[in-house]
Amino acid sequence: MISLAGRDILHASGKFIFTGVGLGLLIGVTLSMAGIYRGMVDDADTLLDNSGADLWVVQQDTLGPYAESSSLYDDLYRGILTVPGVAQAANVTYLTMQVGEGARERRAMVVGVVPGGPDAPGQPQHLVAGRHLTRGHYEAVADLMTGLRLGEQVRIRRNQYRVVGLTRRTVSSGGDPMVFIPLKDAQEAQFLKDNDAIIHQRRRTAANPAFNRPGQPGTLEAVLASQTVNPSVNAVLVRLDPHADPDQVAGEIRRWKRLTVHTRAEMNEILQAKLIATSARQIFMFLVILSVVSAAIVAFIIYTLTLGKIREIAVLKLIGTRNRTIAGMIMQQAVGLGIIGFMVGKIAATLWAPIFPKYVLLLPGDAVRGFLIVVVICVLASLVAIRAALRVDPAEAIGG
Amino acid sequence: MAEPGLGIRIQGLHKRYGTGDTAVEALKGVDLAVAPGEVVGLIGPSGSGKSTLLKCLGAVVEPTGGRMTLGSDLIYHDGWRIPDLRALRRDKIGFVFQAPYLIPFLNVTDNVALLPMLAGRPNREARAAARELLAALDVAHRAAAMPSQLSGGEQQRVAIARALINRPPVILADEPTAPLDSERALAVIRILNRMARQYATAVIVVTHDEKIIPTFQRIYQIRDGRTHEEAGLGRMLE
Ligand SMILES: Nc1ncnc2c1ncn2[C@@H]1O[C@H](COP(=O)(O)OP(=O)(O)O)[C@@H](O)[C@H]1O
Ligand SMILES: [Mg+2]
Repeated sequence: MISLAGRDILHASGKFIFTGVGLGLLIGVTLSMAGIYRGMVDDADTLLDNSGADLWVVQQDTLGPYAESSSLYDDLYRGILTVPGVAQAANVTYLTMQVGEGARERRAMVVGVVPGGPDAPGQPQHLVAGRHLTRGHYEAVADLMTGLRLGEQVRIRRNQYRVVGLTRRTVSSGGDPMVFIPLKDAQEAQFLKDNDAIIHQRRRTAANPAFNRPGQPGTLEAVLASQTVNPSVNAVLVRLDPHADPDQVAGEIRRWKRLTVHTRAEMNEILQAKLIATSARQIFMFLVILSVVSAAIVAFIIYTLTLGKIREIAVLKLIGTRNRTIAGMIMQQAVGLGIIGFMVGKIAATLWAPIFPKYVLLLPGDAVRGFLIVVVICVLASLVAIRAALRVDPAEAIGG
Repeated sequence: MAEPGLGIRIQGLHKRYGTGDTAVEALKGVDLAVAPGEVVGLIGPSGSGKSTLLKCLGAVVEPTGGRMTLGSDLIYHDGWRIPDLRALRRDKIGFVFQAPYLIPFLNVTDNVALLPMLAGRPNREARAAARELLAALDVAHRAAAMPSQLSGGEQQRVAIARALINRPPVILADEPTAPLDSERALAVIRILNRMARQYATAVIVVTHDEKIIPTFQRIYQIRDGRTHEEAGLGRMLE
């Protein structure tokens, strides 16, 4: 046998490669879109993994702390520790904000954690350099993506923090790198009012006769002091005993503490279904549009190439070539174009993935699925050209 | 004259295009016979029905009446008598056109060897047969060239080789010399004559090319849908 399609592709290789590269870039974009979606799912997963928690205790009736804001008193964790099945419970705060100054300013998720070893919930699990947070103040563990280096100072709100440790792939569900700082500092950063607001509040409090009673000078001082401490955190991360049932413990905490508790499975659901869902639909729309555009390109190119060969096709039919052979030739060309395009696209997507600001996770399974879809699209796109070729009358080869 | 049942035999062939008032009677009872090894000319003014006759013989246009025999097969008798016309064209008829219509992306050898290769004959065998024919047609030295690299005369010889590859009992040539100068046109006719004798093929050459008309032994003049047999000069200018 002889492959007519293969020979034609070799003969017109310039045309095929040119079109294949164009198609390939489109396919590359498509693969990257899928990779961005996978990256988001993986970011969410990593976020939950890194928190080291089995249960998330949050403000009643909220989907916190990642999908909605949540605020709890920072002494609630003591009560949670007494619930059977709970091994550890730790306060945590999350706040996405700008860190650093000037040109080095970038967006990050500042995580306030209780200083301690890697076992404490909320602490980063694996460091690539340096040590964990151990002191109560002014040190930070930063994700590599922030560009910070060990020993460097980084400004968060009003304070400077020294970077004592580095992590990798600790990101928020939005893809922002994390900066871990001691809980007390984070509470300050999150809840502390600026000086003007404090002065303003003091003035209002002092003007309130209920607090500023003549003959009871201690009252105003006490009220003012209570206003400047920050007793709030966003969530309590709970780690369970090895054999405890998460749902049962969660139910227990809900019942006794009148708080909302999310298990790992529920947290997953919140992140996937609520936080990522819109982006996922957006990406899916892009995938559909890109598929249609790719199909249109393949169809147009194959159709044009076929029309350029109508006379030869008439001759082939006249001298007894089967319709199947001619249809096969056109279809193989379309698939050949798709294969060139897919290879270019796969290489392009792999090469440009690290340049993307967000994590692009290219799964082999997605590549296989993408390849099959490309082949199906090419086969469908070739049908227009095949129809045109099969309608050619072999009598046309003989002059009128 | 042709032996009965061999070569090409046509009796009372009719072809009407369309129906009713707009119907065109292109062939009104054509009689024609070409023996194996013989080359005859088919001439006639434009619109006289030459192409229509060739298309009927080539089994791509269905006649409306009459009888056609190709080689030992009765192919038409008031209806097709062959179930697979495509296979008939492939195995029993060689086509040569005004333009060579070689497949541009195949080299000369593969253009000639294409049909047997598509039919499943081993590539090596098919290419060997093709090279043999190319040698017989004096284009063996271009066997590896692409069609676009050949001169018009060379292309036409390759096209003849392609028409001969399945050793068909019949070759239908539609203005095969039109684009060629007189020397090359005569060369093509000489080759067709030689091949016809060598492979016992019946050849019909449709032409209005004055350069080659004197070479035919017999000529069918087609006028107003009917054939008239004439003796030709049979002058092979060596
Ligand atoms: N497909 C067709 N439909 C209708 N009439 C046709 C068709 N093909 C040819 N004819 C008519 O048949 C007659 C013979 O045409 P043709 O066989 O092409 O003659 P020639 O090849 O000798 O010029 C002409 O009158 C032409 O108009
Ligand atoms: Mg004609």
